[in-house]
Amino acid sequence: MPFGYASPEQIMRDKADYARKGIARGRSVVVLQYQDGILFVAPNPSRALHKISEIYDRIGFAAVGRYNEFEELRLGGIRYADINGYTYDRSDVTGRGLANLYASNLGRIFTESIKSLEVEVVVAEVGDTADDDAIYRLTFDGSVFDEHGFTVMGGQAEAVLGRLKERYQEGAPLADALDVALTVLTEPGGERPAVGQLEVAVLDRNREHRKFLRLVGPRLERLLQRPAGEAPAAPASTSQEGDDDGAPTAPEGPLDDGS
Amino acid sequence: MHKDLPAGLTNQLFTNTGNSSFTEFLGSFAPQLLPVRDERLATPIGDQVPHATTIVAASFAGGVVMAGDRRSTSGNIIAQRDIEKVFRTDDYSCMGIAGTASTGIEMARLYRVELEHYEKLEGRTLSVAGKANRLAAMIRGNLAMAMQGLVVVPLFAAYDPDRDAGRIFGYDVAGGPYEKERYDAIGSGSIFAKGALKKLYREGASADDTVTMLIQALYDAADDDSATGGPDVTRKIWPVVSVIDADGFRRLGDDEVAGVVQRMLDERMISPDGPIAPLR
Repeated sequence: MPFGYASPEQIMRDKADYARKGIARGRSVVVLQYQDGILFVAPNPSRALHKISEIYDRIGFAAVGRYNEFEELRLGGIRYADINGYTYDRSDVTGRGLANLYASNLGRIFTESIKSLEVEVVVAEVGDTADDDAIYRLTFDGSVFDEHGFTVMGGQAEAVLGRLKERYQEGAPLADALDVALTVLTEPGGERPAVGQLEVAVLDRNREHRKFLRLVGPRLERLLQRPAGEAPAAPASTSQEGDDDGAPTAPEGPLDDGS
Repeated sequence: MHKDLPAGLTNQLFTNTGNSSFTEFLGSFAPQLLPVRDERLATPIGDQVPHATTIVAASFAGGVVMAGDRRSTSGNIIAQRDIEKVFRTDDYSCMGIAGTASTGIEMARLYRVELEHYEKLEGRTLSVAGKANRLAAMIRGNLAMAMQGLVVVPLFAAYDPDRDAGRIFGYDVAGGPYEKERYDAIGSGSIFAKGALKKLYREGASADDTVTMLIQALYDAADDDSATGGPDVTRKIWPVVSVIDADGFRRLGDDEVAGVVQRMLDERMISPDGPIAPLR
């Protein structure tokens, strides 16, 4: 325990400042709705340490901050979802339930531990229609924000969010939404991250069974090459499509075709 | 104790650092949810609960097909006409069940979560052999119940990307797995189905031909085994047929299966015993 008296306000403020500094150190992650669901985009040079992940049939996860801390949250979320889906029914696992679980854990750690978690998390759930989609953003202190359409976290979040507000279009096709995400993630005048430096995934409501799909390799390149505005709805759907190299692969592989 | 709280309301979800097996996590977190292993049953009740019957599977060039009839029986009673006994377990595998229907369905449900759980935690899919071994452990866990009459024996089929081929695994009540070359069948009608497949199987056949082959075999099983259901033309209940290849798991639609069945029935109007194999 530290010596001397510090007011609770001071302690909380210090903890919050500490967490904010840690989170702002990394790169931003953008989560936004598009025509067929929800798109996650994260500049991430690592091919092994993911910032974006599948939690359950309709639920995706994105995080910024300390890897080991949000990885714990991710694993706990998967256990929560699988336990509940097995106990009741697969349709009974909801993004709201998961967001509440994360909120209570983050909140408890923020108040009880000396060091709060340096993470910010998005839990996104794709519905049958765009109106049923849900994006929850959770901060290090356990606050939950019910976002509409899009959200940004980590890095220069304020600046990126400002640019995203100007450019975001409701119901945009995948290629256009991806273009917007990359534009806002790039500082004005800067250079866009290369394909190998990007982690991109979608929750596509048209897919069967598992909606989560990583976009990697040739498929991502094709999407990026297509000039914005010109392309029709990008087909990242249908169970028959996952055959860029024919291999059944896990999320880190060229595709995660959960048909 | 954590068991008194709804699932997820404890820190245990975040501190479990064991392996990536969902079954083992379930056993430590909520053991009451595991398929029941009640060893106190006084008398075998095997005849009083519905039994699932015949499942057939055969590999073809670049994949595997599995098919099952739709009947379940309790003793001499037909318990259900349209039960489904072939389950998708992940994108590239499926299992069919024979034996006690309820135990089998529960096992398939747990097994699906087991495979997905590993995939999500580890970021990679299990190898085909790894998947087959996990299923063996699950069946061995049911051995005590099997001795009481609640026998369930699955058939497991998967596409193996390393070999670009379909693989089939059989089991017995104590586990397994036994890898089967070319084709296999389980359940009460399996003797007759295997007899048919022995004569009908062609190396390097197409997926479509293999589907026809399996539907012929199921018909032959239903022909001689009262617990296996044939195609129900009046109610339009067709066998469940699943194809797994490099594109993943695909269950054939009713229209597709109906077409194959109808063609077979037309041929059998002329030759009731089905295709005749050449003598030499």
